[in-house]
Amino acid sequence: MSNLQSWIKNNTYHHSKFWDLKKLVEVKEKKNLKISLCLPTLNEEKTVGKEIIIFRSELMERYPLIDEIAVIDSGSTDRTLEVAKNFGADTYLASDILPDLGPKRGKGENLWKAIYQLEGDVIVYVDADISNIHPRFVYGLVAPLIYRDEVKYVKGFYDRPLALSGNVRPSGGGRVTEILVRPLFSLFFPDLTAMIQPLSGEYAVRREVLEQIAFPIGYGVETSHLIDVYSKFGLEAFAQTDLDKRIHENKDTQDLGKMAFGILQTFIKRAKSLGIMDKAEHTTILRQFQAKRDQYEQKLIEIIEDERPPMMEIEAYRKKYHKE
Amino acid sequence: MKDLSSLNKSLPDLVEKLKKYREVLLANLVMVGEIPAPTFNEERRIEFILNRFAEAGLTESMIDEGGNGVGLLSGSAPKSERKAILLSAHADTIFSANTDHTMQVSSDTITGPGVADNAMGLAAMVTLPYIFEDLGIELKNDLVLLANVKSLGKGNLEGIHFFLDNSTLDFSSAICLEGIQLGRLSYSSIGMLRGEITCSVPESYDWSRFGDASAILTLNEVINKINDMKLPRRPRTSIVMGSISGGTSFNTIARDATLGFEVRSESQEVVERAGETIQDIVMEVSSKTGDHVELNVLSRRSPGGIPYAAPLTKCARKMMDNLGLEPRLSPSVSELSALIEKNIPALTLGITVGERTFKTNETIQIEPIYKGLAQIIGTLISADGGYCE
Repeated sequence: MSNLQSWIKNNTYHHSKFWDLKKLVEVKEKKNLKISLCLPTLNEEKTVGKEIIIFRSELMERYPLIDEIAVIDSGSTDRTLEVAKNFGADTYLASDILPDLGPKRGKGENLWKAIYQLEGDVIVYVDADISNIHPRFVYGLVAPLIYRDEVKYVKGFYDRPLALSGNVRPSGGGRVTEILVRPLFSLFFPDLTAMIQPLSGEYAVRREVLEQIAFPIGYGVETSHLIDVYSKFGLEAFAQTDLDKRIHENKDTQDLGKMAFGILQTFIKRAKSLGIMDKAEHTTILRQFQAKRDQYEQKLIEIIEDERPPMMEIEAYRKKYHKE
Repeated sequence: MKDLSSLNKSLPDLVEKLKKYREVLLANLVMVGEIPAPTFNEERRIEFILNRFAEAGLTESMIDEGGNGVGLLSGSAPKSERKAILLSAHADTIFSANTDHTMQVSSDTITGPGVADNAMGLAAMVTLPYIFEDLGIELKNDLVLLANVKSLGKGNLEGIHFFLDNSTLDFSSAICLEGIQLGRLSYSSIGMLRGEITCSVPESYDWSRFGDASAILTLNEVINKINDMKLPRRPRTSIVMGSISGGTSFNTIARDATLGFEVRSESQEVVERAGETIQDIVMEVSSKTGDHVELNVLSRRSPGGIPYAAPLTKCARKMMDNLGLEPRLSPSVSELSALIEKNIPALTLGITVGERTFKTNETIQIEPIYKGLAQIIGTLISADGGYCE
């Protein structure tokens, strides 16, 4: 088994492994960890209330797993903040936190300011647009951090096939992941292709890591996190948890284009500063995911983009058309 | 709680105390409501409810052979002196599993298919043990929590009938929970006969005859005749023509047509007579047209119940009065009638205010829920104290 394959085996979880919340809370309390939940929002009145109700009831009242729930908003024009406040979340406008730094607008801004505003040793980020919200979205992400001290960054992924046939099935992320991020990682950071869904918006991170990495404020934040945490702490700092199905509104292709463009900017900046732009020439392996039942493995595909020179350089051609 | 009057006085206080359970209650409501539970396919919802019972420390909870979810909150009195109080809420909905069951939560309402009928009733039931424990409320008698299945439509109360037929417990009283409307007080059931009339054009029909060979026309004849039936004003009686279906397209003659109807009356005799008349109509139309017309009786209920002045009704009215609620009396054809058949004094109570039942945008209000719960807890405590016997 390759190193990468054994990492996948040891660091990939399914949320159902952590169903025992009582035990989880016990270990959390023994380790004296404080956990904060951050919901970054922009016009999410339809879904934010339900998320707060479920998390407060299941993970604060019944099982005290999280210590604070905060909504950090980019300036919603709907009733997002009113609904959130009504159900007992702490609500902040991103622009009110560290106001001297001047405002910037984007989801990454909210995530970054959460580090300043929230007090947890661990911060869990969950998007506020999930309509099938469930406590697993939080406990599935924080559990590896609670049980394993060496894990620093846990990423969610979503994979729930409707039938498990025992046959191999394709797996992996959304369109931007498979078309842009996975090929880029295959070229420049093959280890990071072990993340099944590098762009998912749900992750739990230790403060000691969050305070040491930069935050693109827009689409590139997830990609840059992976590269930066990998460069500073190595692949062993990561884990990933299958959170089953996530239902949210689908984006159209033009929106995905914007997203891809933002990610590409962030990526090039990172690749340049790490001095790895030339590395791509040596790599011809694309790493995709496939799954057999609940086992994930990488599929290595050799794609060689061989080239022919301009026809003018071929002697036979020059002869035939008298181009001497 | 020493006596009934001190309980009554403390009710408004209880409403305030219940507000702190908002998230727990609404989380239960959302989670129960988002599990589809069409009649005959309630397993996943029942499983969730059983998990909640187990988490609340109801060690004697189980799924009975009828598929009902049953939880037992043991009373504090010595076993030999204990009776049982039943709190039931039907678990099934009219929505198919393919319907999007997502619940939407706003500051003061919750919207989603079946949220009022009956996710709200179930949520109140599964949250009650948690509230009792937190508030230190302990009943002397056993409280049996029943999420009964196969209740609606063709389910025909199969779940609660199975439970009552097979239970060894001695029930002193029972309360059925419905999500809406707050203030509803049902203590009697009316006589009911529910059926389907199906018309079909025989296979061998002469298709060259023009126009008059439609099952819809035949059914129309039946409907006209039912409409002409003379019904007494007292005892109050009505026939609900509830649903109709038939045919396949604009330009083909309908081969089949079906009417769903319900006869309701305060008098069993009138129900039976109306049933016989409908049977006569069916036979008459059948022989006249040569079409196949058939009456299929799906369910019957007998009228009955406890009187308006019965202790249990009185207790509930008193609770409502103290909470500033105007009791709205209405007879019921649901769970209540199964309990009445077994001679168990029973009531149906609503929990909150809502609208648009039977549609996917069914909506309930959050604020009235606390009063609804206080009324139920108050009625349970007085039933437990023997004030309702």
